[in-house]
Amino acid sequence: MTQVSMNVNGKPVSADVEDRTLLVYFLREHLRLTGTHVGCDTSQCGACVVHVNGRAVKSCSMFVAQAEGADVLTIEGLAKDGVLHPVQEAFRENHGLQCGFCTPGMIMTAVDMIRRVPDLDRDKIRHELEGNICRCTGYHNIVSSIEDAAKRMAVA
Amino acid sequence: MIPYSFNYHRAKSLDDAQAMLARSPDAKLLAGGQTLIAAMKMRLASPSDLIDISHLKDLSFIRVSDAGVAIGANTTHAAVAESADVKRIIPALADLALLIGDPAVRHMGTLGGSVANNDPAADYPAAIVALNATIKTAKRSIAADDFFTGMFETALAENEIVTEVIFPRAERAAYTKFRNPASRYAMVGVFVAKTGNNVRVAVTGAAPCVFRIPEMEAALVKNFSPDAIANIAVDAADLNSDIHGSAEYRANLVTVMAKRAVAAA
Repeated sequence: MTQVSMNVNGKPVSADVEDRTLLVYFLREHLRLTGTHVGCDTSQCGACVVHVNGRAVKSCSMFVAQAEGADVLTIEGLAKDGVLHPVQEAFRENHGLQCGFCTPGMIMTAVDMIRRVPDLDRDKIRHELEGNICRCTGYHNIVSSIEDAAKRMAVA
Repeated sequence: MIPYSFNYHRAKSLDDAQAMLARSPDAKLLAGGQTLIAAMKMRLASPSDLIDISHLKDLSFIRVSDAGVAIGANTTHAAVAESADVKRIIPALADLALLIGDPAVRHMGTLGGSVANNDPAADYPAAIVALNATIKTAKRSIAADDFFTGMFETALAENEIVTEVIFPRAERAAYTKFRNPASRYAMVGVFVAKTGNNVRVAVTGAAPCVFRIPEMEAALVKNFSPDAIANIAVDAADLNSDIHGSAEYRANLVTVMAKRAVAAA
């Protein structure tokens, strides 16, 4: 067993966990933050994407012990005071989801890409989404949502 | 998927990591973990101990010198891809880093991990061999041509830790990769580098281990153009054959990708 401590969505948390505990299971089963999903469990699909120290990572492919002392941001930490994050709002308005399973990972990836990639266009968005799989939407409205969000956030 | 149990250790320094490795014969180093953790979840790997070195900041750097660029083993693929220094001095290397995995994987995966693992389809070995880079460990320096010895095998001794890779400058260089559309791994990747009268052509993904093509190198020394190598083919007998492509298919791809790399360099 290992004791881990970190900040999750701005709140300090600590727990004793088995050394082999993956970050995603720590979030879901210890902290009950079930917005982060396990899809493929093999680092392909991106449903488990969260931010660790400000960068998007796949939480199914990282042990929680590696995040010791880190700042972790999950989908639950994006909205502030009941107001959706601009990326969440853009997904809502542009119908960027159907079943919603991939959406938390899509949104966490989108927030990371908007912060990191200058002059996002539809082509760049599609390339940046290569680690996130959606089986419903055909991606079209996801790309539109991210394009819209990037414009909103540039103005804000 | 849950891996077998193991003991996690966070190394405080390189010496600390080395001491822990020496104490536990079945221990493995954990850098970005983007290959190792997947293998552990599939229960293809079951180390008794994981020694996490990803937090060792002194192994994470990109330093420019007259000779070229030295990159620390803990430097992530994202950091190499985004580095203004790498883009300026060896743009082909930044291009290569940007083709590894996806953005989230590139935020975790490291140069040292990729090099030490020597996956047959990894990208970095092609750059290291074509650029004639030097792999440094805590103990010694190893030339690229001596480092990659076979499938998942390297010249590293037990408990030897890669600390940095020194990439010399090249006049012209390019990497072209034919990706497996699902995994993004190289079915064939060719790195071509020209420095003075020296040309090196290194191929990854096609065979059990990265290899050079001396016939192409000789032809390109005389005439650095795609036409010069259009009729040079590698022997399919030495190449990988799997559900993604036959050895003959890969042999054809090697020439095609090499021509494209020369055109792009």
